[in-house]
Amino acid sequence: MKKLIPFVLFMILMLLLYIGLSLDPKEVPSPFINKPAPEFATYDLYKNDIKISKQKMLGQVWLLNVFASWCYSCRAEHQVITEFTKNHQTVVIGLNYKDATEDAKEWLKQYGNPYDFVAVDKDGDIGIEYGVYGVPETFIIDKKGIVRHKNIGPVNRDSLQQTIIPLVKKLEAE
Amino acid sequence: MKRIILFLMVLLFSSTASSVTVEVYEFTDKQHESLYKKMITELRCLVCQNQNLADSNAELAVDLRAKTYKLVTEDKTEQEIINWMTEKYGDFVLYKPQLNSKTYLLWGGPFLLGFLSIIGLIIFVKKQKTTVEIEPEDLKKAQELLK
Amino acid sequence: MVSQIGLFALVLALITALSQAVLPLWGSYKNNNTLMLTARPLANLQALFLTLSFVMLVVAFIQDDFSLKYVAYNSNTTLPLMYKISAVWAAHEGSLLLWVLLLSWWGFLIAVFSKSIPDEMVAKILAVMGLVGVGFLSFVLFTSNPFEVLNNIPAEGRDLNPLLQDIGLILHPPLLYMGYVGFSVSFAFAIAAMLSGQLDASWARWSRPWTTIAWAFLTIGIALGSWWAYYELGWGGWWFWDPVENASFMPWLSGTALIHSFAVVEKRGAFKAWTVLLAIITFSLCLMGTFLVRSGVLTSVHAFAADPGRGVFILIFLTAVIGSSLLLYSYRANQIKAISSFKLISRDNFLLVNNILLMVLMASILLGTLYPLMIDAMGMGKLSVGAPYFNAIFVPLSLPLAALIGIGVFIRWRDDSLKRIFFEVKYYLLISIILGVVWSLIYPQWYLVASIALSIAIWIFLTSISRLFNKKRLANNSRAKYGVTLAHIGVAVFIVGATLTSLYSVEKDVHLKVGESYQMAGFDFKFVKMDRKAERNYLSNEGEIEVYKNKKLYKTLYPQKRSYQNQQMPMTEAGIDAGFFADIFVAMGEDLKDGSWTIRLQYKPFVRWLWLGGLLMTFGGILAAADKRFFKFAKMAKIKLDEGADK
Repeated sequence: MKKLIPFVLFMILMLLLYIGLSLDPKEVPSPFINKPAPEFATYDLYKNDIKISKQKMLGQVWLLNVFASWCYSCRAEHQVITEFTKNHQTVVIGLNYKDATEDAKEWLKQYGNPYDFVAVDKDGDIGIEYGVYGVPETFIIDKKGIVRHKNIGPVNRDSLQQTIIPLVKKLEAE
Repeated sequence: MKRIILFLMVLLFSSTASSVTVEVYEFTDKQHESLYKKMITELRCLVCQNQNLADSNAELAVDLRAKTYKLVTEDKTEQEIINWMTEKYGDFVLYKPQLNSKTYLLWGGPFLLGFLSIIGLIIFVKKQKTTVEIEPEDLKKAQELLK
Repeated sequence: MVSQIGLFALVLALITALSQAVLPLWGSYKNNNTLMLTARPLANLQALFLTLSFVMLVVAFIQDDFSLKYVAYNSNTTLPLMYKISAVWAAHEGSLLLWVLLLSWWGFLIAVFSKSIPDEMVAKILAVMGLVGVGFLSFVLFTSNPFEVLNNIPAEGRDLNPLLQDIGLILHPPLLYMGYVGFSVSFAFAIAAMLSGQLDASWARWSRPWTTIAWAFLTIGIALGSWWAYYELGWGGWWFWDPVENASFMPWLSGTALIHSFAVVEKRGAFKAWTVLLAIITFSLCLMGTFLVRSGVLTSVHAFAADPGRGVFILIFLTAVIGSSLLLYSYRANQIKAISSFKLISRDNFLLVNNILLMVLMASILLGTLYPLMIDAMGMGKLSVGAPYFNAIFVPLSLPLAALIGIGVFIRWRDDSLKRIFFEVKYYLLISIILGVVWSLIYPQWYLVASIALSIAIWIFLTSISRLFNKKRLANNSRAKYGVTLAHIGVAVFIVGATLTSLYSVEKDVHLKVGESYQMAGFDFKFVKMDRKAERNYLSNEGEIEVYKNKKLYKTLYPQKRSYQNQQMPMTEAGIDAGFFADIFVAMGEDLKDGSWTIRLQYKPFVRWLWLGGLLMTFGGILAAADKRFFKFAKMAKIKLDEGADK
C-alpha cells in the first residue's frame, strides 16, 4: 500500500494541472469587489467646469468604463457600450485613461460618444486608484458607491447580456 | 472567442521584447533608496509575463515605480506600501506572499517536509533489520571491481 | 517538395517508433529472439527518418520557403544564415521536432553502445524509448506540425524574435533538451529493469553512465540559459525563478539525487526501489517541464508559444506514461529486498540525506511553482510566488546540502564514527572557517550568510582536493574520482559566484550627458559619444563609454540600443566587460533628446564563477561517465548472464 503513495500523489498533481488548463492565469480579480469604490474628483473632457466625482454619483447605479484612444481593443468594445447606452438609462462614465485631450476628442468623434460624462485621467492617477492594469476595464458601482463587478478586458455581447445587464437591473431595483 | 480576446490583450499590453527602461530617481536618504529597490523587485508587474516592476518597461510598471518612489519618499514603511498595493491589485501583485491562512502551507511546507523526512530517515535507519551481511563472494567481486 | 519529404519522413518515424515500442516487447514476452533483435535496427531507422525530417526543415529555413507557416512566422530573408538555422528551434513546433530528434539520437546511441547489455534488456529499453517517441511524435504530427503549409504564400516572413537572435539561443535549447531527453534513457533502463525483475548492481552500472551524461547536458544547458539571460535580457540578472527556469531546475535536482543514489545501488546494493522511483520522478519532471512551458498554464516570461489545447495532449501522455510506471513500481517495489544495512553515521546514510535534501528542495520549488495554480483552482483567488520566496527557501536548504559534500568524501560505507571523521577533517574545517570569515570581512558590508557560504565553498574545495591525495599515488585515482572531485569543486565555485554577486553587486541608474562622468564601485564611467549604425537587419544607437580605474583608461564599452525591422520595441544590447573577478555591465536606457541618456551601470563581482561552476560540474559528469569500470563491468555482467543462461 505504501508503494502506491507516489502514484496517488502524481494523480493529484495531474488533476491539479488539468484544472489549471481551464483557468486563466492572466485575469486578476479586483480586490474592490463589494468594497467602496475609491474616491476621485476630476473634470469632463468637453466642459472643464463640470466636476465629476464619486460623491456626485451616490444614489444611482453607474458604470465606469476605462478607455483610451491608443487602446486597440477598445474599438470593438465601444460598439457594445454604445448599444448598451441606447437601450438603458443607466449612467455610463467613460474614464479617459492616460490620453491626450485632442486624441480622445478625435477618437470619440470618429466612433461616437455614448458616455454621459467623459472623466479625464491624464496621468492615470484615477486608474491607479482603481487598480486598472489593462485597458479596457469596466466597473459596475451601486447606489451606495460600492463596486459590485469588474469586467477585465473588452465588454462583449455575451458578457453584456449575461452579466452586466442582469446585474445592473438587480442593483437598480435595490 | 474569449481566448482570442485574451490573447490579443496579452499581445497588446505585455512587453515581450527586452528593453531596459532606466529612470533616474534621486534619493536623499540611503534607506529610502534600498527600500525602493527592494520593493520594485518584490512587486509584480501585472500586465507583464512574470516580471517584477524593476525589470519591466511596460507603462503600468513605469507608473507603479513612480508611485513606489512617491510612497517611499513620503516615509511610508514597507508594510504600508504593501498594503497600498494589495488594496488596489490584490495579493497577485506581491512576489513574496504574505503569511496568512492561504499561505501557511506555502511557507511551512518546505521546512515541515525537510523536518519530517529527517525524522523518517532516522526511524528508518534505526529500525533496519540488523545486519544481513553481504556474502563474502559478492564482497570479493565488488572489491575486485573497485580496483 | 522539401516540406513533403519532411512530413513523410516524420510519419515514417512515427510508424517506426510504434514498431520499436511493440515488436521487441512482444518478442521478450513471447521469448522470440528475432522480434527482440528488431529493437536496434528500428531505433537506428527512427533516428534516420527523424534526422531526414529535421534536415528538411533546416533546408526550408535556409531557402526561405515561406510556403511553410512555421518558416514564414519565424524567419525572414534578411536574417543571417546562422540565425535562420537556429530559428528552426526558436518556436514551439520546431523545438518539439528537435526534442524528438534528440530522443531518437539517444535511442541510436543505446543501440550502438549496448553490445555488452543482454539483448533482452536492450529490447525492453529501446521499446520504452520507442513508446516515449510515439507519444511525442504524435504530439508533433497532430498538434504541432512544423510542415504545415500556408495557402497564401507571403513574400516575406515575419522576423525571428530579436531576443532569440543570439549565440546563446543557438546552443541553449539543444543542450537543455539533450539533458531533458537523456533522462528518458534512465527512465527506460528503470522500466526495463522492473519489467524483467532485474533490479541489481548491473542495472545500476548500465544505467549510471547514461544518466550522468544526461545530467551533464542538463547542467550545461541550464548554465547556458542563465548566461544568455544575463547578457541578452539586458538587466544583468542571472536567475529569475521563472516557472520555465524552475521546470528545468527541478529535474536537475532530482537527477542530481539520482546520480548519487546510483552510487549506493552500485556499491552497496541498497536503495534500489528508491533509485527506480527517482528515475521515474526525474523523467516525469522533464515531461512536466515540457507541459508547463508548452501549455501556458503558468504565466511566464519565456513561454513564447503557449497553447492550452496542446496542454491537454501532453497531460494525457504524461498521465499515461508516468501513471503506469508508478503503478508498475508499486507492484514491483514490494518484491525488491534490501540486502544491506547501515548505521546513521555512514556514507550510505549521508547519501540518503543528500537525496532527501535534494528532493525536499525540488518539492519546495514544485510547491512554489504550482501554489498560485492550487490557490486559483480552489477558488481562493490569485497570488504570486516569485524570487523572494524561492530565495528564502533555497538558501537555508541548499547550504547544509553543500556542507555535507565535505563530509561525504571522507565518510566510510556502512558504519563510521563522527569522532574518526572529525579527527580526519578538523584542520580542513578550521582553515575553511578562518578563510571564509576573513574573505567575507574584506567587503564593505558584512553578512553572516557570506561568511557561512564562503566557508562552505572553501571547505568543499579543500576536502575534495585532499581526497585525490588520499591514496599514495595519484595515478591510482580513477576517472570517476577525478570527475566527482571536479564536479564538487564546481559546486564550490558556483557558491562563491552566487554569494558574492548576490550580496555585493553595485547597480546605479544614472542620467548622463555626452562628456559627463559618473563614479561607481571605484570606477569612473565617462559617456564619450553616441553613434548610429546600420546592420543587416537592424539599426543601432551605440554608446561609447570609457571606464577609468585610478584615472587610467581601463576599458571602453559599447552598449547598444537596437531597432529591428518588424519590431516596435527597441532592444538593449548591454556592453559588458567580462572579467574573472568581476563584470562591468553598462546598458543604455532612454534618449532624453537633450543630448543626454539614462544609463544603467552595474558592477558584478564573481558573476562568471556561476557559469564556471556549471562548466566544471559538466566536465566532472562527463569524466565520471567515462570511467573505465563501466566498460569492464559490462563485460563481466555479460559473462555472468551467459553462465546463468547455461544452467
